[in-house]
Amino acid sequence: MTVRQSLGFIGRYLFIAFVLAFFALPLLWLASAPFDRAPSLAVSWPEFTLANFRTLVDNPYALESLWNSVLLAAGTTAIVLVLAALASYALSRVRIPGRDALLYTLLLLSSVVTGTAAMVPTFLLISELGLIDRQLGVILVLAGGLLPTAIFILKDFMDSTPRSYEESARVYGASSLQILRHVVVPIARPGLATISVWAVVQVWGNFLVPFILLRSADKRPAAVTMFTFYTEGGQPDLALISTFSLLFSIPVVAMYLFVNRRYGFRFHGGIKR
Amino acid sequence: MTAPLQQTDAAPAGQPEQPRRRTAVDDGDAAGLGRGRAAAFVAPAMLLIAVFLIFPAIWTLYLGLTNWRLTGLAAAEPEFVGADNYLDALNDPAFRTSLMLTLAFVFFSAVVGQSILGFSLAWAFRRLRQGIRTVVETVVLMAWIIPASVIAFLWIALLARRDGTLNALLGTEGTAWLLEYPMQSIIIFNIWNGTAFSMLLFSSALAAVPPSQFETAKMSGAGTLATLRDVVFPNIRGHVLTNTLLITLWTFNVFAPYLITAGGPEGRTEILGIYIYRVALKEGALGEGAALSLIMILINLVVASVYLRLLRERKT
Repeated sequence: MTVRQSLGFIGRYLFIAFVLAFFALPLLWLASAPFDRAPSLAVSWPEFTLANFRTLVDNPYALESLWNSVLLAAGTTAIVLVLAALASYALSRVRIPGRDALLYTLLLLSSVVTGTAAMVPTFLLISELGLIDRQLGVILVLAGGLLPTAIFILKDFMDSTPRSYEESARVYGASSLQILRHVVVPIARPGLATISVWAVVQVWGNFLVPFILLRSADKRPAAVTMFTFYTEGGQPDLALISTFSLLFSIPVVAMYLFVNRRYGFRFHGGIKR
Repeated sequence: MTAPLQQTDAAPAGQPEQPRRRTAVDDGDAAGLGRGRAAAFVAPAMLLIAVFLIFPAIWTLYLGLTNWRLTGLAAAEPEFVGADNYLDALNDPAFRTSLMLTLAFVFFSAVVGQSILGFSLAWAFRRLRQGIRTVVETVVLMAWIIPASVIAFLWIALLARRDGTLNALLGTEGTAWLLEYPMQSIIIFNIWNGTAFSMLLFSSALAAVPPSQFETAKMSGAGTLATLRDVVFPNIRGHVLTNTLLITLWTFNVFAPYLITAGGPEGRTEILGIYIYRVALKEGALGEGAALSLIMILINLVVASVYLRLLRERKT
């Protein structure tokens, strides 16, 4: 090894060590505090206990809000999955005039009309529809925002599935919906799984939409309840916050690990966000 | 939603794939769907998109022309006030301050921070052992996928004045980072939060650079900088552009800093999204907020149009 090479080697590992520390440092608290007998803001080696999880069960909103997150994620994902599968299948198989322009326009709109930028009209629309403080309103707004991308990605999957099965199913007299359900869906399963995971992750972490559209504490999802834990009222309860954070984060992290292992894709280009 | 513009960028060198897809698309209607049924399949999705995505965007234009308020008389019967809201917004020093803060935030955290750190990581990964690479990648990705309200608190804990981990490490007990350096804090936070995307994008871009070109550079004795300039950059120019535009768009629409600083202290971290939230939903000036929303949508439109034009050029 020449001097230059070893310097490069050392430089590379120093850089990686520094970056690793930078990214890991804030995350360490999530691993230590939930199991610490006396959790503080600082990261420290925990005096192991599971007692903190008791506060989670005792808090009236903690578990309920996680359940609300499940409801929102399930509702939104179901709508996105069904509507996107129908639409992308039709767009993939039938040449509708202006289809490509339509797809690109939708994609453009979904990235332009973001939750933040369209906060005001969305809030007013939901008010006018009488859906303020109803989870349905949150689900519809989230689904509307996720659908264009879901259709765009799914159409790519649908394009690459073979058509010969559909032809034979048709020969045997299956209806279009039957073909979609029993022939196309099983083949397009990886695509549908990708879209489901992506949609769940999107909804699970979304703060702004439920924050502005829901009022009652018992309807809030975990993202909003978590925020109220450290902003509303006096000294933050660190035992509660740390255990809640952990429980709230585990599903998306687990899903990422699962998808990464199963399909080997790495949350490519914005599967998050 | 801060929507992804999709993973198309992951395979820019995917030209060989194109012809196959083209024919697959063209070979027609194997399922015998017909245009009528196809339209019926597409309609529900389009309806939802039309009502909850397209309509709000167009409606903003009208709302911004009224004096609609959250409460009071103007809430019941909003009046038409013409372009007042737009003029007020543009002339309001608070809006200009917020816009400048947003530009600084986007420039330093995304265009500079995330891009450079993401590229450096991808570059370093090439000669790193697989095990270490996996660990680093996973940690960077965690920062990206953990819900915003959780990571916001992790940063509050990290930067806390009393008991904060950073103060304990640096021996700067008593420094209130979020009060003394609020903008710097949320910029560093956003680099931490979003670098994963650039890292993934540049990793796949570098993997697509032909190894023979690296060999040639090495044989001719080119140093790292020369290699980057003459071999790497010409190959990944498209990715650099894609990355810059996407993270610009996303960072411009970020709301997460609200969870850490709520725009404070004294509005010093009040980036555009947070400013709109305060004006429209906290103070109740919906008409003015709608005007601001429209301005933000238009800025998004400009960035996104440039990106989609690029994407389309590459696909055809």
